[in-house]
Amino acid sequence: MAEKKLAIIATKGSLDWAYPPFILSSTAAALGYEVQIFCTFYGLQLLRKKLDLKVTSLGNPGMPMPMPMPILLQALPGMQSMMTVMMKQKMKSKGVASLEELRELCLEADVKMIACQMTVDLFDFNTSDFIDDIEYGGAATFFEFAGESDVCLFV
Amino acid sequence: MADFDQELDASGLNCPLPILRAKKTLNGMGSGEVLHIIATDPGAVKDFEAFAKQTGNELVESREDGGKFYFLMKKG
Repeated sequence: MAEKKLAIIATKGSLDWAYPPFILSSTAAALGYEVQIFCTFYGLQLLRKKLDLKVTSLGNPGMPMPMPMPILLQALPGMQSMMTVMMKQKMKSKGVASLEELRELCLEADVKMIACQMTVDLFDFNTSDFIDDIEYGGAATFFEFAGESDVCLFV
Repeated sequence: MADFDQELDASGLNCPLPILRAKKTLNGMGSGEVLHIIATDPGAVKDFEAFAKQTGNELVESREDGGKFYFLMKKG
């Protein structure tokens, strides 16, 4: 049986939205898939050497809150950091892997990560801030792999 | 309890870690050898079935006892 392929476009740079690409990629790799993640716009945050992703309830009415809180209160300084700390604690207590761990498992399993060159330039990101095991490319690079993929996701 | 060659305790770990740890352990095992997996994630029950189907390993046994889940996975 030929190896199946999974192509993912990762566009979000928040703590919660970083999970789906890494969970699906590491699992697909364990199932024998060849996997590529194309990181563009805020998804480039997934490639930083030091992952410092945050979670916010602002603009996210679906996020479960420990207690009801007016939106203006949620926007106060320090709230985002507090929610991020609480979310990380909750994840740890439930045995959910950290993003660092999942990314490492992806890299170990030869998941290929591609940084979108255009958005790297757009945001003046320094490539030395990114992990070493990645490639840089554009939309055509993505389609070279995605065009032959069995599963293709936009996250 | 049936015989097994290696054991993996994935208690307390959540999706997808039990699968990933199991895969890693199976990588170091020989064909026909059996891995005994212990997990507490209820999602692991369906996930190990799906894992076996897609990887050519055989899920010989899947059972629950006292809130824990026990699997026997035979490497294909």
